[in-house]
Amino acid sequence: MPETLIFYALSGFAIGASAMVIGQRNPMYSVMMLIASFGALAGLYVQLDAPFVAVAQIIIYAGAIMVLFLFVVMLLNAPKEDGSEWDRSHPLRQPAVVRLGGLLASLLVVQLGWALLSARGLGGGVAAFGDAETVSSVRVLGRVLFSEYVFAFEATSILILVAMVGAVVLARREGEGS
Amino acid sequence: MGLQAYLTLAAIVFCIGLFGVITRRNTISILLGIELMLNSVNINLVAFSRFSGDVTGMVFAVFTICITVTEAALGLAIVILLFRVRRTVTADQLDLLKG
Repeated sequence: MPETLIFYALSGFAIGASAMVIGQRNPMYSVMMLIASFGALAGLYVQLDAPFVAVAQIIIYAGAIMVLFLFVVMLLNAPKEDGSEWDRSHPLRQPAVVRLGGLLASLLVVQLGWALLSARGLGGGVAAFGDAETVSSVRVLGRVLFSEYVFAFEATSILILVAMVGAVVLARREGEGS
Repeated sequence: MGLQAYLTLAAIVFCIGLFGVITRRNTISILLGIELMLNSVNINLVAFSRFSGDVTGMVFAVFTICITVTEAALGLAIVILLFRVRRTVTADQLDLLKG
């Protein structure tokens, strides 16, 4: 089944790139790996019959947000995190904290395994595939967005405006203007 | 693929992002971890939308992407401001409010 193969390839790529984001010491490489992870996730959205979300993901995340991150990383000349940050004296490295984290992680693994096993394996869906025509159509998405959720849409636009003004005010140099 | 596969992928990506937020000390890396967590939520929304045949999940995924833009812009503005005041972006050294 090619779809299964594509899913495993894309999800493996996304998980690997996400792990590299956390594993890299250099923030520049972290941002690059995050772009790769977003690309793989966009491929998964295409597989889920959501082309609009996939394109929005590529344009907004990889195109806008990550460029902003790269710009800030270069602007600040962000230093590589040295080895001393993994020292033993950090409050998160105390034995009780590590044990609690390990317990929670193993609990999560057990729960995930139980959920997957009780659902007849990875391939068995909970629900049948929905009506692909009504879901994937951009026309339906836009109609719902501008009729049922028009208030949320307008609120989001005001929020973005406020955030833009706030970012400009925050990042402005003191004594400049005003 | 079934719904569980996508939910499992989202859970794994969320855990990786949470681990990064907790363990990294560079403020920019913490913001990157938050981006990963928000993306795993998007996977869940789109997967549920696809498998239930309801377009609402995709609408909320688009909203999530928009909110993430504002979050990243404001967070990075705060990081720039912190760097200008304290000359560092390491989260452990930002203890200005400590008495």
